[in-house]
Amino acid sequence: MMPNPNSFNNGNLAVEARNMHVYYGNFRAVKDISLKVKRNAITAFIGPSGCGKSTVLRSFNRMNDLVTTARVEGEILYHGNNIYDNDVDPVEIRRRIGMVFQKPNPFPKSIYENVAWGARINGYKGDMDELVESSLRQAALWDEVKDKLNESGYSLSGGQQQRLCIARTVAVKPDIILMDEPTSALDPVATLRIEELIQDLKEKYTIIIVTHNMQQAARASDYTAFFNMDRDRAGYLVEYDRTPDIFTTPQNELTEQYITGRFG
Amino acid sequence: MPRTLFDRDLQALQNQILQLGSEVEENLITAVTTLQQFDARTARMLIHADEDINAARIKIGLDALTLIATQQPFAGDMRRIAAIIEIVGELERIHDYVKGIAKISLMLQETPINPALLRDFSPMAEKSREMLHNSLTAFAERDAALARQIPPEDDVVDELYNQIYLQLLQAIMQKPEMVEQVNTLSWALHNLERAADRVINICEWVVYMVEGVYREMDSELEAPPFVGR
Repeated sequence: MMPNPNSFNNGNLAVEARNMHVYYGNFRAVKDISLKVKRNAITAFIGPSGCGKSTVLRSFNRMNDLVTTARVEGEILYHGNNIYDNDVDPVEIRRRIGMVFQKPNPFPKSIYENVAWGARINGYKGDMDELVESSLRQAALWDEVKDKLNESGYSLSGGQQQRLCIARTVAVKPDIILMDEPTSALDPVATLRIEELIQDLKEKYTIIIVTHNMQQAARASDYTAFFNMDRDRAGYLVEYDRTPDIFTTPQNELTEQYITGRFG
Repeated sequence: MPRTLFDRDLQALQNQILQLGSEVEENLITAVTTLQQFDARTARMLIHADEDINAARIKIGLDALTLIATQQPFAGDMRRIAAIIEIVGELERIHDYVKGIAKISLMLQETPINPALLRDFSPMAEKSREMLHNSLTAFAERDAALARQIPPEDDVVDELYNQIYLQLLQAIMQKPEMVEQVNTLSWALHNLERAADRVINICEWVVYMVEGVYREMDSELEAPPFVGR
């Protein structure tokens, strides 16, 4: 049986938020988030719109730094260090904690260059052809694109584009992959392919996925965190547990209402 | 936010269970009466009714699966549907015991048994029926506390079983030529006792439905929960 989140320790911990608050200007968007994410597992963040799940996700690789008014209080511990410490390079953090977005966003370049790009700017010295192939294979895209690597990334279907973005992310060899509603722009078949893919990816990476689709969280994740928006409009963590427990016997009445579709 | 269609379909399934349950309750009592009154016609009717009960069980089970496929229930909704599927199975099995008793009553037509031996079947059937009725009330009202009160009452049924079984043994000793008939009757007794055991299973599923923990409630053993945290 999968360990309970309360028992995660240094041996299996990927990243941990401790008493984290995120502000946009004076507005507190999320409050007092404490959450341990297990290594080589898939953790889903679910909750109604505005509950702060994407904000929490983005704070795990300092993506919120890009919003000038954003401010993070508390700690995000990664390998024992707070990623918000002054001496931490956010670019290095984002290399090790990669991100895949809601809408596939390939660069206006060839399929090959889309994958090679991140490695190139990081000064990758190895065999680039090999890296591109292995990344595309990990993203379950190689067989579909191996004969047209020089074609534009835009020539691919939406689902293929998203897998291309996943290949681009794994090419820089991250530890953790953050996914912000990665299938919400995809049809059901492409969605299931991505879900299958992340099952394979967790062998090598830790995955955190924000999804509006509860069935997706139930199908594809090992752990589920349910967030809600409080009266002061700040998002907070309601319940966090093994996915089978959340979807069969949630402990919190709000979780029950949300996942049974009787919320609000 | 209500889920009107889903809730309506769930309620309809629940109503079908309760209707099926009341038929099983009634037939349990009737089966014992056919035994006591050597009423072949009613016994045949009960045997025939078992086919309808089986068909209703399949229909409720398939309707429940359709709800899972179309509504993707989670948590309390999912546990309620799981309980419906399990409980309808238990009701169907209890009615198999009803049919068994009816068949035995046909077998005993030729050489009627001393009515005194059949007298205590009535309180036993009545206690089983009452337990079944209360278990279905606990299901309908999602009352785990009520579901927990029922299994200990099985001791009353077991006590009556032992008492009647002893009477049957004494009857055989007094009239060894009756061994075959009395032995056949002991199977009716056994069926009645098993029906009450099945009620305990219903209670276990009611508690699972309400609380999310499945625990054996057989009064003889204190088993750890199978499911839960």
